[in-house]
Amino acid sequence: MIAACDLKFSYSGTTSLEFPDFKCQSGNKLLLIGNSGTGKTTLLHLLCGLLRPDSGSMQVAGLDINTLSDRELDKFRGRELGIVFQQSHFVQSLTVAENLALPTMLTGSNITAEELKVRTHELLDSLGVEHKFDSYPKDLSVGEQQRASIARALVHKPSVVFADEPTSALDDKSTESVIRLLEEETEKVGASLIIVTHDSRLKNRYKDRVELQPIQPLMNA
Amino acid sequence: MRLSYIARRNLSAKPLQTALSAILLAFGVGMVSLMMLAEKQMTEQFERNIKDIDLVLGAKGSPLQLILANVYHIDAPTGNISLAEAEKVMRNPYIESGIPLAYGDNYMSYRIVGTNKSYPDHYGAKIEEGVFWSKAFEVTVGATVAKKTGLEVGSTFFSAHGLTDGTDVHDDKTFTVVGILEKSNSVIDQLLLTSVESIWGVHAEHDEELLSPEELYASREITAVLLKKRNPMAILTLPNLLRETNMQVALPAIEINRLNQQFGIGAATLRAIALLIMAISFASIFISVFDNMQARRYELALMRTMGGTPGTLYKLLLLEGGLLSLGGTILGLLVSRIGLFILASAVEDKFQYDLGNLGLLTSEIYLALGATFVGLIAAALPAFKTLRLDISKTLSNE
Repeated sequence: MIAACDLKFSYSGTTSLEFPDFKCQSGNKLLLIGNSGTGKTTLLHLLCGLLRPDSGSMQVAGLDINTLSDRELDKFRGRELGIVFQQSHFVQSLTVAENLALPTMLTGSNITAEELKVRTHELLDSLGVEHKFDSYPKDLSVGEQQRASIARALVHKPSVVFADEPTSALDDKSTESVIRLLEEETEKVGASLIIVTHDSRLKNRYKDRVELQPIQPLMNA
Repeated sequence: MRLSYIARRNLSAKPLQTALSAILLAFGVGMVSLMMLAEKQMTEQFERNIKDIDLVLGAKGSPLQLILANVYHIDAPTGNISLAEAEKVMRNPYIESGIPLAYGDNYMSYRIVGTNKSYPDHYGAKIEEGVFWSKAFEVTVGATVAKKTGLEVGSTFFSAHGLTDGTDVHDDKTFTVVGILEKSNSVIDQLLLTSVESIWGVHAEHDEELLSPEELYASREITAVLLKKRNPMAILTLPNLLRETNMQVALPAIEINRLNQQFGIGAATLRAIALLIMAISFASIFISVFDNMQARRYELALMRTMGGTPGTLYKLLLLEGGLLSLGGTILGLLVSRIGLFILASAVEDKFQYDLGNLGLLTSEIYLALGATFVGLIAAALPAFKTLRLDISKTLSNE
């Protein structure tokens, strides 16, 4: 389950953000939608534990992540979360398959190399980039990179998948196909899907959605 | 997949930068190690040759030259001395024994030295094949000479006048090789040994047979005598005793010390340059890791979102720096061996010295550990920044 309650955050005292409360049951999909400057990325980083809120509480994958230590948060992210970033980034010196092995390696998961290989092949296959298994990230087209990064977000079967603006640079047709892949693959691993976007094409696709409001300048007391 | 694998891949993804840092370090380590090796070999070689020679008696001139010529055979002799006068000195009560040396000819640039059997005995040289010389014009050949000239037992040759070139050949007197010596790692390896009489024979005047035995004896000359003292008083009294003659005695230990001090300035300069190169290479490792860290900020932040802790990233960068400095150091030790090998072949031909042993020195192990450790430190400083990497900011700036 993912839930936020009275979440507040401010950037070095100049900008204050207050987020609406929301809740999303396990395995469901949630859309966080708002225009530029509504704190979408900040909210995403809060939910991923990359930022700490000033106040309020939140639950991600059933845990109150604000109570976790930094180290526990690092491990928690690696095990429970999959993140698809707006722009696809990889460790450039490693192949696609090796990049997909990173979450397993970094969290010290006990999945065997053979199992991981099978899983990686399956996932890349269902995303249509299986032929790029041994390629280096720089040799992939932008579209292929995005598919590979979806694969990386899912390879370790996380409980929650976050997607940051997954469709902002895509035309209608590609948007449809990328969203469908995201949905299908998260359903396969039984994870919740949280999409953070300003893309209004997605607005009516999900019944669970939270609309973010523009930032209020901080009131001086 | 392990972290060290990622470190290796990151290094090989930037081959030029990696190679530059490694080569710089290899060069620095190589120079220091080469100097350590050369110094050790030289010292050992010099000491082995001095072995139990307390004084060298020879013609007046530069005492250093006297030592270099007669102990190491790498300089021209200072001149000749009278055999009768020399024997007088050898009978001095403070002197235990003396080895006479007479030379002035060469075969293919290797010196033909007239002496007696106590000379090879002194250096523990043993016969590999054949026998020691017993008659005039019989020669026993040092191991290196045999190898380089191809002389075998039974070979005959003419000597050439002088110590280096082969233009002025004494083609009326034939030398015969009767024995080859085992390698003794001393100056003997570089010499052809014969009796003193052979040397006199080559240079005999035609009217010698007209002289009486006394006159003949009085006309005999040798080049030098290697003396072993019975009593330390020898060192104090002999110089006075020889003041009025054309002879002098020199102390190998003191002359070689002086030589080392002269060499020392050059060696210190070289060492300073080598250390400077090492310092530059550490700076280059520092910059390379720092650069990597800046350029790969996003990758590093990404790894944090996949379960990597700040410690993981720190270790990764440290591994990269460590592998780099370890690689550079190993390369450096190889370079120094190749360098020494080249130096040895050059020096062996020119000075007839052999620097052939390429084992790892204890001081080199310290050098290697030290270089790797400092390399790690050079990587650790910039890597420290990863501990405070703001992932949220890094990820949202892209």
